[in-house]
Amino acid sequence: MPVKVAAEWLNSCSGCEIAILNLGETLLDLLAELEFVHIPVLMDHKHYGQLGDQEHIDIPSATVGIISGGIRNDEHLEVAHEMRKKCDVLIALGTCATHGGIPALINSYDNQELFDRYYSTESTDPGAAVPTNGISPLLDRCYALDEQIKVDIHLPGCPPHPDNIAQAVLALLNGDAFEPETKSVCDTCPAIRKGKGNISTIKRFVTTPEFNPEESLDQMQCLLEQGYLCSGPVTRSGCSGANGESPRCIAARVPCKGCYGPVKQDGNQLLDMLNALASNGIDISSIPDRDSLLRFSGAHNRLVCHKGGLK
Amino acid sequence: MGKTINIQPLSRIEGHANIKIHLDDQGNVDKAVTHFNSIRGFEKYVQGKPAEEVTRIVTRICGICPWHHHLASTKAVDACFGADVSPAGHILRECMQNMAQINDKILHFYFLAAPDFVMGPDADYSVRNVIGIAGAVPDLAKQVIKMRQLGQMMMEKFAGKVIHPIAAVPGGFSKPMSESQRQSLIKDTEELFEFSKYTIKYAKEVIFPKYLDEVTTLGTITSGFIGTVDEDGSLNFYDGNIRLMKPDGSYTDFHDSQYLDYIGEHVTDVSYGKYPYAKSWDQGFSMDLEDPKGIYRSNCLARINVCDQISTPLAQAELEEFRNNFGRPAQHTLLYHWARLIELVYACEKTLELLQNPEITNPQTRLDVTPSAGRGVGHVEAPRGTLIHDYTTDENGMMVSANMIVGTTHNLAPISMSVEQSAKMLIKDGHVDEGILNRVEMAVRAYDP
Ligand code: SF4
Ligand code: SF4
Ligand code: SF4
Repeated sequence: MPVKVAAEWLNSCSGCEIAILNLGETLLDLLAELEFVHIPVLMDHKHYGQLGDQEHIDIPSATVGIISGGIRNDEHLEVAHEMRKKCDVLIALGTCATHGGIPALINSYDNQELFDRYYSTESTDPGAAVPTNGISPLLDRCYALDEQIKVDIHLPGCPPHPDNIAQAVLALLNGDAFEPETKSVCDTCPAIRKGKGNISTIKRFVTTPEFNPEESLDQMQCLLEQGYLCSGPVTRSGCSGANGESPRCIAARVPCKGCYGPVKQDGNQLLDMLNALASNGIDISSIPDRDSLLRFSGAHNRLVCHKGGLK
Repeated sequence: MGKTINIQPLSRIEGHANIKIHLDDQGNVDKAVTHFNSIRGFEKYVQGKPAEEVTRIVTRICGICPWHHHLASTKAVDACFGADVSPAGHILRECMQNMAQINDKILHFYFLAAPDFVMGPDADYSVRNVIGIAGAVPDLAKQVIKMRQLGQMMMEKFAGKVIHPIAAVPGGFSKPMSESQRQSLIKDTEELFEFSKYTIKYAKEVIFPKYLDEVTTLGTITSGFIGTVDEDGSLNFYDGNIRLMKPDGSYTDFHDSQYLDYIGEHVTDVSYGKYPYAKSWDQGFSMDLEDPKGIYRSNCLARINVCDQISTPLAQAELEEFRNNFGRPAQHTLLYHWARLIELVYACEKTLELLQNPEITNPQTRLDVTPSAGRGVGHVEAPRGTLIHDYTTDENGMMVSANMIVGTTHNLAPISMSVEQSAKMLIKDGHVDEGILNRVEMAVRAYDP
């Protein structure tokens, strides 16, 4: 009997779904053992019946539920509750679902500030009112899934490496316990660490780091030691996949910005990074914008609106 | 008042939308309203961020076309900082962008659109999808999954991250391409090129003839078009002037920095999304099917209509055949599928051309830049249309403001109109079935929103 799967996307960008497709031939193998009963990106099963005439959202029962994206409006919340009700095991897929992701950057502002900017940009017709007719009202902020419903498996990554997805699904199929990654990106990074660098301030990534393109990554000095802000120490590993490749940004000779969220589900990438820098004697006032360290994990009240309060 | 049909969510599309069809007492369509439900506020929360970081934040606007946001954003930051860009950096960016176009078109044609044609518009929803195709034509499905995987992995091997890329940087590209990487990318692209030629042949011989009725009626509206062209009027995804064409085929070309003189964004009460329109036509905005005002379309059909020619041989031959059949500008909405495959051939040819350019392996791919105050508009052709990022920075190179017009948003008004047109054409005297409702969605899917 194939295992029934239902998938939904909420406040998301579809990158997580593309990551599933990037499983390629592995996906074909998995499809033999799975039966998708609901997945709007690929399949036309509808919320309100196939003729659009029912009153309540109805998603078929499934053993495994997969949700990408956080929760931002009433409809997301309703769909999330329905998925929880109908699925035995619920997977939060991607950092938007596990920690809010990039869209949770909005949590530094309230909805009025968002509307004020969006509906008055330079190209927008003047005097526009905020739309309200037949569209789902926004919640006060952007939530990670586990702030609203119980989540069984967290699979962070923006997007998660396809290997991460395959491992989780295979564990479920085999009835094994799913073991989340416990290492940091640095733990999987081949860059050379020479010990304490002799830097005292952080540089912005507007210059080229030192590396010889002919040489492999294990010949390049750690980007953080070269003075660039790299979130590798405070970010969960996984992006290098199951076959011991390199962290994906470092492979392009670009610093990690933390897209897998904190190493531990309830960690704080901002505080952990400031501590790491300070204990290495680096002047944290040289960081141009601290909130950027929470750009992937701004849900769970990490980023909060300071309107009228702190500046 | 009669009943309301709620098609929710629209499926096999990339974005989040639903349709409400309101029937009158006789069961005919009173109105059909498309709601675009997503609002995330990138324009707000990139404010105050270091501009060079924004290029890797705005990628999350769309996980299907992140390369295009990445590049439009990087070009905008180049312009804000007054940066010189390494010539090899430009070539690498353009090469990656064309590769991304290849993958996007294979994804849309086979995974999202083909189920309607291969399985048929009336097939049960449980098989009218890519998994159904895998059951019906397993060899083709296997090949499709392999090709898409190949296209994604070749980019990831070179550029580190293919979904939500990071390798374009102000001043150029983060790393050079080695000769052996170039050779392997040529080999992979040639394989994709062969598959693309097969695809357009298959579509022209097996698919399009069977659905000629739908092609010439479903979702058809009359509109203008927008796209980017070279100095000589050739199709270009990466750079050039923006061309805005009227429904009668006459057009104006303008530099992206002047977009505010040509494009406005209308707000309706039924969608969070805004509706761009041609401000420069001085007609205002109206989605009235009989008398539309300011309405133009973007994405592949638009680009195929606005360009004078295509610079690569096979795609040019396809363009000529298309124009002989449908004229210029072609208005039938389902022709988006055909135009998309012409662009697929072009993207393969263009990628190979860029990979053959000896400059592409020049090790100097990135020039240092200095954060500074400025205003910069960057644009590229994303698969879904002309993508504009307009940034202003302060003296430290921090973002003061950002305005973005995203490819698909140009099509929000046309999509709404095509939905209304097809619903009114298909739903009569209360007769509605799944096949009819799916055809209404097919009018949306052609736009690949
Ligand atoms: S986690 Fe990243 S890839 Fe997934 S939906 Fe969110 S932004 Fe997109
Ligand atoms: S700080 Fe960055 S470059 Fe250095 S080891 Fe960690 S991940 Fe690698
Ligand atoms: S290196 Fe960091 S930012 Fe890049 S993919 Fe890995 S976790 Fe994400």
